[in-house]
Amino acid sequence: MLVISCIKQVPDTTQVQIDPVTNTLIRDGIPFIINPYDAHALEEGLRLKDRYDVRTVALSMGPPNTEATLRKACALGVDEAILLSDRAFGGADTLATSKVLSAAIERLAAQEDVGIVFCGKQTIDGDTAQVGPGIASRLGFSQLTLVDRIESIDFPRKTITVRRKLEGRHEIVEAPLPVMITVVRELNRPRYPVVAMRLAAREAAITVWDNSVLKLDAATVGLKGSPTWVSKIFSPERDQGEIIGDGIKNPVGTASLLLDKLLDKDLLTI
Amino acid sequence: MSPHQAIFTTLFAVAVLSFLFSCYQRVRLVAIGASENRFDDPLARLRGMFRYAFAQKRVLARPYGVNHFLLFWAFMLLLTANGAFLLEGLIPGFSLASALPAPLGHGQELLFDIVSLVALGSVLVALARRLFFPPAYLGNDYTRPASGEALLILGMIAALMTAFFLLNAARIALGQAGTWQPVSSALAGLLNGLSPSVLEGVAGVSWWLHALVLLLFMNLLPRSKHMHILTAIPNCYFNGPARPNVQSREAFEKGRRYGVGSVEQFSWKDLLDSLTCTECGRCQDLCPAHATTKPLNPRRIVHDIKLNLLMNGPALRDGAPGTLALIGDAGEGTVGEEAIWACTTCGACTSVCPVLIEQMPKIIKMRRHLVQEKARFPEELLNLFENMEQRSNPWGIAPSERTKWSSQLGDRTFKPGETEYLFFVGCAGTFDSRNKHVTVALATILDAAGVSWGTLGREERCCGDSVRRLGNEYVFDAMAGENVALFREKGITRVVTQCPHCFSTLKNDYRQYGLDIEVLHHSHLLARLVAEGRLTPAGQASFGKVMFHDSCYLGRHNDTYEAPRIVLAAATGTAPAEFGRNHENGFCCGAGGGRMWLEEQSGTRINLERIREAMQQRPDTLCVSCPYCMTMMEDGLKDLGVADAVRVRDIAEIMADGIR
Ligand SMILES: Cc1cc2nc3c(=O)[nH]c(=O)nc-3n(C[C@H](O)[C@H](O)[C@@H](O)COP(=O)(O)OP(=O)(O)OC[C@H]3O[C@@H](n4cnc5c(N)ncnc54)[C@H](O)[C@@H]3O)c2cc1C
Ligand code: SF4
Ligand code: SF4
Repeated sequence: MLVISCIKQVPDTTQVQIDPVTNTLIRDGIPFIINPYDAHALEEGLRLKDRYDVRTVALSMGPPNTEATLRKACALGVDEAILLSDRAFGGADTLATSKVLSAAIERLAAQEDVGIVFCGKQTIDGDTAQVGPGIASRLGFSQLTLVDRIESIDFPRKTITVRRKLEGRHEIVEAPLPVMITVVRELNRPRYPVVAMRLAAREAAITVWDNSVLKLDAATVGLKGSPTWVSKIFSPERDQGEIIGDGIKNPVGTASLLLDKLLDKDLLTI
Repeated sequence: MSPHQAIFTTLFAVAVLSFLFSCYQRVRLVAIGASENRFDDPLARLRGMFRYAFAQKRVLARPYGVNHFLLFWAFMLLLTANGAFLLEGLIPGFSLASALPAPLGHGQELLFDIVSLVALGSVLVALARRLFFPPAYLGNDYTRPASGEALLILGMIAALMTAFFLLNAARIALGQAGTWQPVSSALAGLLNGLSPSVLEGVAGVSWWLHALVLLLFMNLLPRSKHMHILTAIPNCYFNGPARPNVQSREAFEKGRRYGVGSVEQFSWKDLLDSLTCTECGRCQDLCPAHATTKPLNPRRIVHDIKLNLLMNGPALRDGAPGTLALIGDAGEGTVGEEAIWACTTCGACTSVCPVLIEQMPKIIKMRRHLVQEKARFPEELLNLFENMEQRSNPWGIAPSERTKWSSQLGDRTFKPGETEYLFFVGCAGTFDSRNKHVTVALATILDAAGVSWGTLGREERCCGDSVRRLGNEYVFDAMAGENVALFREKGITRVVTQCPHCFSTLKNDYRQYGLDIEVLHHSHLLARLVAEGRLTPAGQASFGKVMFHDSCYLGRHNDTYEAPRIVLAAATGTAPAEFGRNHENGFCCGAGGGRMWLEEQSGTRINLERIREAMQQRPDTLCVSCPYCMTMMEDGLKDLGVADAVRVRDIAEIMADGIR
């Protein structure tokens, strides 16, 4: 059985600034990272590989430099990394993105039984949370969003039971395979790559599929196939306050930064 | 051949062969270790060997060491006496006294007689110490001060000396030996009334007692902690690099192993170290992790490596896997992971060990294995490692924020060819809100003294100290490579830092990457500016009673003790007060070795122990020279509820006040 993790390479948004003149993102010199939620999607695929006899694939659509992120996935231990890259795919909205990703998954499914497609809950740049559900509807897969725990997989019956994290409650759901699952951070703790794997990943072969492989109608992908256009990006004016630290990656450190600030400004009395 | 001679010759041959065989086995065990070049610079090595092994520099650093010094030298001199004794047993009629011309013969009689008395006295002192007033650090969870082994060895030495005196006394009484032996002669006086046959009997029994104990003693050596009698001298010769806190580089190539996960991956010198430990307990006594009841004891690490080697060595030598894990929780002979992570790399152990054992570097080697081959480390480190790799600072703050601390100072970019000093601000000096005050204070002082300085601004990156000490050499290697390239590109030749960790890393670790430039800690530069008259503080900085806390990375790791004290004396007009444990004996704040980023899960807290020590003297100001010490001291004062009574200041803050 094949387990696919869809990962997107995104700019490290805490470092991104918006050009006030052109209203576009200034990406110069900004490092790219794996979309944080996708790191958990990848990890869950690897955990299934550790426990069961499954093959894992990391799948990403993006410009050629996305290879760097796929190499990181190799260093963590995926069996295969596939980059979907073609000028024709550029400028895609969620509709066109899910189309290309679905086509690639179908292509894989032609060779091998696809059981689970993991996606992040959403990205930190586009933030739409639509790509995963888009894939599920196109392929007719079961759709389990916001999953924070995999309860069990019944291989003979081809079903999966998961826990979904909803506001104020949890939901245990069972669904038939194949399934598309979007994951939240509570699902797992991503592993750290060991050096031998990092070195192997430097030389790992990354499969690249362009449109000559996927053979999609050029009018239905990329900018041309995207009904949604981003007409303007701007940062809302903030006349007060500041953002400190990174409360998601380093909650304790950020809390102490905040405390330091408050102490500095004498806003706390102790 | 007389029966006496025949029996002795046989015993002697068996004992020597068995001794040689034990030594051969030990050498073969050491030889399974990885190769490491400890053969360079023989002159410096000989000097070190003389200083530490023969002159016993570190043994003598403690008052009781005098006793060991006496015993050591008595032992060295008596080697000749015992050699002569053995020859006497093998060659009938041989005697050193008659083999030498008269004055020399008499001289050696006198010498050996007196030295034997000294040895007997030392042994009795040692026995009494172990039995009646043992220091706390002699014992621990696997051995007692009055352990059977220790008592046996001391008892044997005492027996050797006693037999020696009895033998000589009986011979003198029989008129068979010279009288240049005051102690033996005095004893002979007591035997005078005895008949010649009884005296013959006393001589015979003493001779055999001496012979048997001597041969047994020789055979016990390689099988006990007294192995150090054989290995301490070579161990001092093969001493490691001058800076034990600069870990060796690793080559990242496919198929290699990283760090040490099983005993044969240690270098042969590490294994020799393990056989050399004298169980003196000095490292245990000074280790901050042990003092705060954490599961780390540097001596125990060395002991466990030795046991693991003895247990697994024979199998490993034959290419089979060992049966006892080196890292894990299998009890004696394995090192627990918690112990490995508890080390602050303070260097107290390496700088106190009398036989120059390198305890802390072994810990780092095991960390390297855990991080790089097993990806196993305390949870908190995942964020740290990712922040370091992605954003080159421990907090994961955007690099674009690096210039914020200096927004008031205008453009202070380092200009190649124009600026003299690169001010390497460091992550804490850049991002930590408390420490930014130190950065600003230092900038103010440098301006006041007319020093030409500039920073790398947004281009500055973390030096990588924490990741290296935490065993993440792969990430450190990349960080160091990038920093060194940047320094070269900018033509940087002089650097000043305000953090001993940046300082030590740029100065010592980067040398491995070919960067050989002048690196100063701010205490060095400030002391120099004071000496040159470019800083003229009024000596009135008002901080009350100022107490100086030595940073491990400035002090023990870089021998800088006086510069910060000179700065303080100049700024305040008086020499700072000292902690009970100061200079080489300083006690860590608890944050080195990457511990800054880890919770202290077990035992008491290291910083609280240090604050309690400070509070005995009721200082008004605790003075530090390191951002980590600053955080640990401030936290400690708050936790003990005395933050109102004592403030923490960096030397730069005190100097800035002094010149205001
Ligand atoms: C600032 C900004 C605003 C945007 N606004 C819109 C908008 O309003 N409407 C719109 O249609 N498009 C929008 N886009 C474009 C959109 O981000 C991308 O075109 C689309 O490819 C992915 O949508 P997302 O990033 O929101 O992904 P999400 O739907 O949030 O992503 C969910 C998951 O899908 C998977 N995934 C997403 N993209 C990829 C990929 N390229 N390769 C592999 N897996 C992937 C990942 O697992 C991810 O975690 C915007 C882009 C930016 C940069
Ligand atoms: S370096 Fe310091 S903390 Fe580490 S083992 Fe040695 S004495 Fe203990
Ligand atoms: S390692 Fe050194 S200091 Fe520690 S007990 Fe052994 S000999 Fe003594």
